[in-house]
Amino acid sequence: MKILVAVKRVIDYNVQVRVKEDGTGVVTDNVKMSTNPPDDNAVEEAVKIKESGKAKEIVAVTVGEEKAQETVRKALAVGADRGIHIKVDGIIEPLAVSKILQKIVEKEKPDLVFMGKQAIDDDCNQTGQMLSALLNWPQATFASKIEVKENKLEIIREVDEGLETIEVNVPAVVTCDLRLNEPRYASLPNIMKAKKKPIEQINASDLGVDTKQRIEQIKVEEPPKRKAGIKVANVAELVQKLKNEAKVI
Amino acid sequence: MSVLLIAEHNNKEIRPFTLNAITAATQIDSDLHVLVAGNSCADVAKTVSEIPSVKKVLHVDAPHYENFLPENFAPLAVKISENYSHIISSANTFGKNLMPRVAALLDTSQVSDIIKVVSPDTFIRPIYAGNAFATVKSSDSKKCVTIRPTSFEPAATSGGSAPVEKTDGAEASNISKFIKREEVKSDRPELGTARIVISGGRGMQSGDNFKLITAIADKLNAAIGASRAAVDAGYITNDHQVGQTGKVVVPDLYIAVGISGAIQHLAGMKESKVIVAINKDGEAPIFSVADYGLEADLFEALPQFLEELNKLNTIQK
Repeated sequence: MKILVAVKRVIDYNVQVRVKEDGTGVVTDNVKMSTNPPDDNAVEEAVKIKESGKAKEIVAVTVGEEKAQETVRKALAVGADRGIHIKVDGIIEPLAVSKILQKIVEKEKPDLVFMGKQAIDDDCNQTGQMLSALLNWPQATFASKIEVKENKLEIIREVDEGLETIEVNVPAVVTCDLRLNEPRYASLPNIMKAKKKPIEQINASDLGVDTKQRIEQIKVEEPPKRKAGIKVANVAELVQKLKNEAKVI
Repeated sequence: MSVLLIAEHNNKEIRPFTLNAITAATQIDSDLHVLVAGNSCADVAKTVSEIPSVKKVLHVDAPHYENFLPENFAPLAVKISENYSHIISSANTFGKNLMPRVAALLDTSQVSDIIKVVSPDTFIRPIYAGNAFATVKSSDSKKCVTIRPTSFEPAATSGGSAPVEKTDGAEASNISKFIKREEVKSDRPELGTARIVISGGRGMQSGDNFKLITAIADKLNAAIGASRAAVDAGYITNDHQVGQTGKVVVPDLYIAVGISGAIQHLAGMKESKVIVAINKDGEAPIFSVADYGLEADLFEALPQFLEELNKLNTIQK
């Protein structure tokens, strides 16, 4: 089996994001960037499947500016075999990313495509579902457990009501939840080795995909700030405040 | 043109967030039609027809819609979407799973998780875990929009009498199969719609210790939430998780116990009307959003809290 894993470069999850004063977006200059957290889970799961002998090759792919390559390099350091970087600058919407990934799937012919369930920058939660629609493949979103069976996957999905188990035919697209596994750290020797693994660069414009923005971002602003609260001295005061001041109990 | 809302239900009852999505949908266009597709779901179609703001119900019944597999559901939505300007659903795991599949088939760039309708083509949505609000304008001729349920009031449920039109389905895809759903049954209010939520974090130290929270939840008729750390540690099941990748809640009262307040958790609760934080670390970021902060050991504070509640003559339900 061959697994394609899509990874995205985003502002690190620990960074307190700040809105630009001119309302055009958020500050990204001199801000720490990392792989989108659930994409790390997607890479980890692919590597585990390969280690179990059920997959032969893992290809890591990213869509984005020059530096997005770092996320592919990181995937190579934890076990992906080779990388693909689709170069494109500026805002690129999930629909356009899915169309680009569709081209890569047609070229690479993987059996499975893994990615995180949601990117923590735009919080869209769309790309995996869109890609599977374009390919007419089944989708298994928000996966917290993946079992590889013959020509099928059994997936446990995290849904609002609890857990749902589904079975999808292979080929399939799987979007990964943070609870799917514990992503490993790359060892220094593996980081060195990853530097020698190949990353193919492709310009998005060469794929014949329309990446024009369909959604105009008119402005980005700070959410309303909460008024500073108070500290109470003890539980009795807390209950009294909730009863008589806030009137919520 | 009219707008089409995809109802979420369990073949017997509508799920509550459908009502919030209906309110948002009517702010886009008052000519609102609702698709109720499922298996033997005529009762749901009837319930929806009684919602005053609904103008028409499209009812589709077939065995392959029973479990809402998107591979079956999306082609149906696409087939029905022809005469509509907008396709709408709630941005919970139902809508998140389904809508992008519909949007891609319609070649539409979806607008996810809106918190405000500015005009039929312009919406406000949170990005970066709610640390920024983006105003976005869609240029697609047909728009796919998901609604953050807690940002809109639920629609009234009785007094309407919209016509119910029985419609044919689309073919089954047979590339995916539903096996089972493990629902956690509870007599408590639903987390997403509860008036009071009490949540525990890593500070609870064990699943067993959540009984301290359960006792207070019982007293206040509250739902029980949790931080991702508590769910990851196995203290409580995933359906309780509040945060950027869990549920967003906006109760009248949110009580955070032993939760430090990572950005990702705040994303799911900081719009709550009144926030209480109980944490022994006075520097915990949760205090920056709390109306009432109590710096205390939760293992002492929670029993005292229950005791104080027991002293009250009345408690709002």
